[in-house]
Amino acid sequence: MKNKQGPNSTGHLITALQADVRYDGRTKNQFRDIQIEYGVSNTADGSAKITCGNTEIICAASLSVGSPFPDRPDEGALMVSAELLPIAHNDIESGPPGIDAIEISRVIDRGIRESGAIDVKKLCISEGEKVWIISVDVVPINHDGNIIDIGAIGALAAIKDAVFPGLTEENTADYKNKSKNKIEMKHTPIPVTVCRIGDELFVDPTKVEENNIEARITIAVLENGKICSLQKGGDEGFSTEQLAQAFDLAVKTSQELQQHLL
Amino acid sequence: MSELLIQEREIVVPGQILAKGMEYLPSHGTYRKDEQIIASRVGVAIIDGKVIRSIPLAGKYLPKRNDIIIGKVIDILSMGWRVEFNSPYSGLIPIKDGTFEFIPRGADLSRYFDIGDYFVGRITNVSGQNLVDVSVKGQGLYKLRDGRTIKVNTNKVPRIIGKKGSMVSMIKRATGCKITVGQNGLVWLLGEPAMEFIAVQAIRKIEEESHIPGLTDRVKEFLEEKTGQPIPEHHSQNDDDEEEQPEGEQ
Amino acid sequence: MQYKKRYDGRGHDETRPIIAKAGVLQNADGSAYFKIGETIAYAAVYGPREMYPRRLADPKRGVLRVNYNMMPFSGPGERNRPGPNRRAKEISMVSEKALLPAVDLEKYPNCVIDVFIELPQTDAGSRCAGICAASIALADAGITMQDMVPAIAVGYVGDTPVVDLSYDEEQPEGMEAVDVPVALIPSTGEITLLQMDGIVDAEQLNTLLEKAKDACAVIAQKQREALQEKYLGDADEE
Repeated sequence: MKNKQGPNSTGHLITALQADVRYDGRTKNQFRDIQIEYGVSNTADGSAKITCGNTEIICAASLSVGSPFPDRPDEGALMVSAELLPIAHNDIESGPPGIDAIEISRVIDRGIRESGAIDVKKLCISEGEKVWIISVDVVPINHDGNIIDIGAIGALAAIKDAVFPGLTEENTADYKNKSKNKIEMKHTPIPVTVCRIGDELFVDPTKVEENNIEARITIAVLENGKICSLQKGGDEGFSTEQLAQAFDLAVKTSQELQQHLL
Repeated sequence: MSELLIQEREIVVPGQILAKGMEYLPSHGTYRKDEQIIASRVGVAIIDGKVIRSIPLAGKYLPKRNDIIIGKVIDILSMGWRVEFNSPYSGLIPIKDGTFEFIPRGADLSRYFDIGDYFVGRITNVSGQNLVDVSVKGQGLYKLRDGRTIKVNTNKVPRIIGKKGSMVSMIKRATGCKITVGQNGLVWLLGEPAMEFIAVQAIRKIEEESHIPGLTDRVKEFLEEKTGQPIPEHHSQNDDDEEEQPEGEQ
Repeated sequence: MQYKKRYDGRGHDETRPIIAKAGVLQNADGSAYFKIGETIAYAAVYGPREMYPRRLADPKRGVLRVNYNMMPFSGPGERNRPGPNRRAKEISMVSEKALLPAVDLEKYPNCVIDVFIELPQTDAGSRCAGICAASIALADAGITMQDMVPAIAVGYVGDTPVVDLSYDEEQPEGMEAVDVPVALIPSTGEITLLQMDGIVDAEQLNTLLEKAKDACAVIAQKQREALQEKYLGDADEE
């Protein structure tokens, strides 16, 4: 619930943002430090644990053989599923994915898909019959805000870490005999969610900040600075001036974050 | 033969055998199983003659009468305000304990305290069923209209407050922040944003380093370094209206 | 048939390597990481907190609620659909009953203590790893409990009794296997989890329980050390 006044309210957060000293001492344009640990799950085909401040997310890429979509017989597929599990925060309840988790899944999915980061034609095993399907799971184990951006970086890290299973003679996946092949990645589209409280724009919200956001825009950016997907969220809107500022901030921040995926 | 297996102030954990033999007696946080005294929670062992107990190092705040707490209104009922305060139980501010003002029957209670409002309150009663009554009427009790709250380890509250409030008072003087430490492990702060952050860091430092001797000096040094000036001896004048921080119980 | 040398070269009474840590998740009231062999469990405790919906609350004592979940990618082979299935629900229930007798719930009427067990990677013995992690997390949350609750699978591979079966030992080539997950409370000796897959004599079971007891004593020590390590440094000098 959002309060305009009182402790931890939008009012008090605005004061901190105006002074450019956020609750954890960061400036508005500052992302928290990121650490990525690869290979955290040897049962997945690729995995990574990403830690950003107190947000910790386990991401995994799983490869399986499936049928292509009829209208795209020579293309593999990518599917991102985020889950908000109650292990991650006091406020999260058990149950099937709610709209929050679905939005996170879809926004991460869109950023990777629309950028053409993965050449889906290379995932084809036999046209019209069998293709590789990449399933990416994004599972926060400690939620302190900004699951979309951090989860997306983690998802890319897991894909980067992945090794294809072997193929049997019948073109089914052989999980016991891995291949040496990695997923070829053409781009690493890193989203940056720019948040607005009052007139203040900032990146990488903590949970307390996230609870007070009036509007947010997730901007996925390629290595070359081109924008490849957008998602506006929050109860309020942005002015065009604010959006112009947000685009600049996102492009700059995203390019700084690229180093984590080198 | 009785035998003591631990030393005074040693960290003990559930299932750990602390002493053998019938001479020793169990107390809080320990129990007897046959000839053994065993720890039943994470704590610091205290040996009081033949009695062995442990002071808890973890766990949620359990409300005690007369504790000063920081809480938040979560619901408005016909008999008052339901509040939460970082504890397993919620509490109630009865209408009569909400304000010195006269509240007519049927008045809109949200005019006094609305959902989401924070306050400094005193626990006036804890019943056997853990029904908790809270009052915000009295000296040093009030609604909080600004600032921020942080959660600290309940078991570190006495160290954050310091002897006769000396530690928190030093942080207040150094940063110019208003600070109230609730016994329930919530700390309220209000000041210049940069100073608020320094105060929060100082509190975190106390939480993390309370076991290393020379804490006060280190916190003083930290505050002077971060603020870039010596800590003033007295509060500035505009702090005169502020209530003294109630002393922490050990 | 004798099973002389174990597939991974361990002694017959030896568990796989164990790593136990307390207090690994910042948001939780108590948490733990428990790795045994290639099985990894995280556990988080939230509570005691007020129980909603209220009709599930017990006005006499607190309620312990355990949820066991394998992450979709944590099993061998193809990814599984996320969310609870019949297996996960049953394991949640038996894990809850394994921990319940150790935990003092009298102090928390109307409250719930939620335990969430998540496994990012499993080999064998995931329910036991979950219980081991959960009991460290409960202690880390400051809950009063008689003891840690260590858990381990014991069993037979062919005619040979072994401790802590690996995935390969659960389905050995050319031999029968018996798999018996056990949890117990060391200080009282009470056995709180006991299941079995396979066929044995009653006498063989007695042998297995003795082995479980010894292995659990070792595990309990690791659990306590994990807590000691986290809280070392918290013994304030006044």
